[in-house]
Amino acid sequence: MSKELELGNDDYDFPHKHLLGLTDYSGSDIQFILDQAQNFREILDRPVPKVPTLRDKTIVNLFYENSTRTRLSFELAQKRMGADVVNFSASSSSVKKGESLKDTIRNISSMKIDMVVVRHESPGVPHFLTRCVDAAIINAGDGAHEHPTQALLDLFSMQQIYPDLSGKHVAIIGDIAHSRVVRSNIIGLLKLGADVTVCGPKTMMPAYVEELGANVSYNIDETLAWCDIAMALRIQLERQDEGTELFPSIREYHQLFGITMKHLEKYPDFTIMHPGPVNRGVELESRVADSDRSIILSQVTNGVAVRMAVLYLLSGGTRV
Amino acid sequence: MSAEDLNRTYLRFAHQFLEPYDDSTLPALIGMQTRGVYMGKRILKHVEEEFGHKLDFGVLDVTFYRDDFRSKLKMPEVKVTEIPFDLYERDIILIDDVLYTGRTLRSAMDAIMDYGRPRSIKFCCMVDRGHRELPMAADYVGTTLPTHVQEEVRVKVKELDEEDAVYVVQNSDEEEE
Repeated sequence: MSKELELGNDDYDFPHKHLLGLTDYSGSDIQFILDQAQNFREILDRPVPKVPTLRDKTIVNLFYENSTRTRLSFELAQKRMGADVVNFSASSSSVKKGESLKDTIRNISSMKIDMVVVRHESPGVPHFLTRCVDAAIINAGDGAHEHPTQALLDLFSMQQIYPDLSGKHVAIIGDIAHSRVVRSNIIGLLKLGADVTVCGPKTMMPAYVEELGANVSYNIDETLAWCDIAMALRIQLERQDEGTELFPSIREYHQLFGITMKHLEKYPDFTIMHPGPVNRGVELESRVADSDRSIILSQVTNGVAVRMAVLYLLSGGTRV
Repeated sequence: MSAEDLNRTYLRFAHQFLEPYDDSTLPALIGMQTRGVYMGKRILKHVEEEFGHKLDFGVLDVTFYRDDFRSKLKMPEVKVTEIPFDLYERDIILIDDVLYTGRTLRSAMDAIMDYGRPRSIKFCCMVDRGHRELPMAADYVGTTLPTHVQEEVRVKVKELDEEDAVYVVQNSDEEEE
């Protein structure tokens, strides 16, 4: 109709309806989201950091597992885009009364929801939801499976330092087995051409990592000497039951796998990242987390921009 | 229109923009993505050559404010917005290639208001082709072309299209105007 409004013919054909994991996304899909996020980042610095783009959309945040950062970040992204937001957390809802996931989502979707952001402790829940409802589903973490928006924001933050990640060395250090961030990050990094090494105690190293295409190391010095970017992971103390601890003591873990000021002096080039929340004095020495080599806080800011880009791209044109 | 015609028009815009101003209070230009940005740069260059002034220049993408993107097949790509100066109490001149329904212009004004409260906004376009759907008018017009709705007006810029020209295109048969 109104040809005047067309913004050129070079629009990238973004082929996805959901974001369940980075496995289904190609390298160019990922790069497209990151490029778009760049333009959303600018909105956050405006005097009125709000645009009306999603004002006709209703989004439900379905959080079956606790989360502060991810939920706040999603909610902020949604509100910055003018969407209506409904929050649902399992601890204060009818899940306590025994309602099944399928019934919950069906009920919510009959209230005319356009998008669902879901976090759940079981892998595959987002995928299951795509079969129950018509809305676009965004995975905000499912068990130890994937956490695609976290990986995207990590990639975005890395590209602020190295615009071309191909051939760059990225080390992921810590509790590899329990981390969904790792899986999504490895998949995304490899698709953008980076080399990935995971490093951690043997007890925290899952069997499949090499199959994903990452190198494995058990020596932190070796890893830090090799890498351009070191991403430390949180030691998930809540996932270690008594009697089946994965390492003898926090003190010993810190001595063997914690990043310290000494490492920063010895290897002057690498940048430090952390998906948060940081256990100070465990995976990172406190001063390391606050040093100018750490980009932890800019990761958080970037998270909002990346999530805005994802929401925008999945909000869709033709689906009514 | 040929490259020389367009260049003369850009030169005229440069003079028209500065006509009402003393040196102290110069207007700021904002080019609208995509073609308006390149038009803005041309005018900027003329202003500098003719008057020795460097005007503030910003780039605006109105994708977020459009009212029609849901009716399209895919989500339009978001382009860069960069307004590196304070809009407050400034005279703003918005620049775009074609004025048609007026809907893009409405989006642009909404967007600008979110950046601050300018003293005034004026609008400059290369081609006014009629068929307005909203009560909008341009303050500076390159040329007025009476068109048919089936026709399409294409303003070309060298940086993207390898030439400076304006075409009226009919059902994808290209004809020069």
